[in-house]
Amino acid sequence: MKNHDSHITSYALNLKVLLVLLILTMTSILVIKFHLGAYTVALALILASIKTTIVLTYFMHLKFENLILRLMVGGVFLLFAIIIVITFIDYYFR
Amino acid sequence: MNNPSPTAPLNFLNHKTGLWSWLSSTDHKRIGLLYLYAITTFFLSAAVLGLLMKIEKVAPGETIMTAQTYNAMFTLHGIIMIFIVVIPGLAAVFGNIMLPIMIGAKDVAFPKLNLFSFYVYITGACLGLYSQFAHGHSPDTGWTFYVPYSAEASSNVVIALTAAFTLGFASILTGLNFIVTIHRMRAPGMTWFRMPLFPWSLYATAWIQLLATPVVGITLLMVIAERTLHIGFFDPALGGDPVLYQHLFWIYSHPAVYVMILPAMGVVTEIFPTFSQKPVFGYLPIVFSSLAIALVGYFVWGHHMFTSGMSYESRWFFSFLTFLVAIPSAIKVFNWLSTMYGGSVDLQPPLLYAISFIFLFTIGGFTGLTLGSVATDIQVHNTDFVVAHFHYIIFGGMGFGFFAGMHYWYPKIYGRMYNIRWANIGWGILFTGFNLLYFPMFIMGIQGMPRRYFDYDPKFQLGQTISTIGAIILFTGLITMISNLIYHVRRGAIAPANPWHGVTLEWQIPSPPPHENFDEIPVITRDPYVFDNPYTK
Repeated sequence: MKNHDSHITSYALNLKVLLVLLILTMTSILVIKFHLGAYTVALALILASIKTTIVLTYFMHLKFENLILRLMVGGVFLLFAIIIVITFIDYYFR
Repeated sequence: MNNPSPTAPLNFLNHKTGLWSWLSSTDHKRIGLLYLYAITTFFLSAAVLGLLMKIEKVAPGETIMTAQTYNAMFTLHGIIMIFIVVIPGLAAVFGNIMLPIMIGAKDVAFPKLNLFSFYVYITGACLGLYSQFAHGHSPDTGWTFYVPYSAEASSNVVIALTAAFTLGFASILTGLNFIVTIHRMRAPGMTWFRMPLFPWSLYATAWIQLLATPVVGITLLMVIAERTLHIGFFDPALGGDPVLYQHLFWIYSHPAVYVMILPAMGVVTEIFPTFSQKPVFGYLPIVFSSLAIALVGYFVWGHHMFTSGMSYESRWFFSFLTFLVAIPSAIKVFNWLSTMYGGSVDLQPPLLYAISFIFLFTIGGFTGLTLGSVATDIQVHNTDFVVAHFHYIIFGGMGFGFFAGMHYWYPKIYGRMYNIRWANIGWGILFTGFNLLYFPMFIMGIQGMPRRYFDYDPKFQLGQTISTIGAIILFTGLITMISNLIYHVRRGAIAPANPWHGVTLEWQIPSPPPHENFDEIPVITRDPYVFDNPYTK
């Protein structure tokens, strides 16, 4: 970590992040009520990805790490996303 | 850097004594040896199962076991060999013993986590064995645990799945440890591109262990959930999809092939320059081909599923990607051969195994292209051709790579030398037996001999008999090789610190290495394969 003293986030920011996460969680529950068919899964995955990004960025302090580490974590998620897309290509064309 | 001395009064083998000092040691070299002894034991057990299966097939019909016993045996053989021997194999043994030394560190980044990984591994291995004997219903699904059969079979599938899940944890922890070790603990001056190529191969492997293994862990848990809670992940009657299982399983299990083979490639990459007394040809291409194999290897899993009902578009897509992965593998083979070309080649046992690795791996690779092409794959899918291809890659590749590493680093690890003549004889028997055992399976596979069948059409009798004879010869070779190594652990001639005139760091410290490897952390001032070291002359 770049600086062990400078990355301590305020309670206000943490509360805001928590609030956003709770809203996103509620949203992912509420979308089930709309009949979006196959897109329900896609929407749930997108919402989950946004939540994961927020947790990684703020609660796991990735925002305060150096660029290389952020790129490595980003690369891992890109890889994961590509794998999911390739898998669903099969379902789309089948 | 330490001055090398032929003998060291205190080393990692004798600085503490007693069983507990071994079982509780956080020394990376001792943990590596614990893995070695465990893996060798499991390997020999599974090899005996393989031999028994081959004896069963010496003639058509039932000979020494029933069909159900045969099914249980190939499942146990597969689970032990894949999950307990080959996947941890090289990384856990030689990665643990050599990685910190080769990068100039005193240990791995997390020594306690390293020991914990070993016990997680042992727990998983014991669970795997327990699944074979509990309640008298050995799993008969094969090591792939394909649904719907694995979700419905009455055998001990849940225990076997839990075993594989647990073993995956050990693999993840080891991968994590190695990544942090390589990032954080390289000696001063050892830049990324001054790092020897075996650590590079371990680095590429560790990323696969870390990122791919959780996928199979979750997948196996999903099968357990389907069996116990009747959640419909894979059962169409419950809204699931059996092909999804195959996607998820191979998303891990194809990269896992590179977990098996990449460290073996790293081992032979160390051996060729040493026994040619010449810098490795194409250091950077070898580095980037390791990374490319690790990366592209993630996207080729679908070639295991060409006949599983996958979409046409996915089939050609995966076929194309599969052909791409051949390129970095071919770059490596070219570089190994070029390293030997014009060198002062010394045909010692490690080099014999390394050259055999190229020969067998190339046959396995070319036949892999046959399987990567959709049209020919449909012809030979689920036949002995696949089994032969797989064994040429895994046994011929990883297995011979492991034996190469064992013969290469043996004098360093034990400070003793094995009998060179017997090592050569063992290699000759092993190499002959290997090809007699597996090559006929290519031919029988093309002719239509299905895999995992305990009986066969009499027209396959000649091929099956040759294959069985090969299995017996191969097993004899294994016993010869291992006996030679075990016998000389205590009785071999004292080995000098650098018997092969190697130039990487492990050859610059005493044999066996001291407890913490280096009195002072070395400062690296040059590339890893410069053959003007005064200690080598």
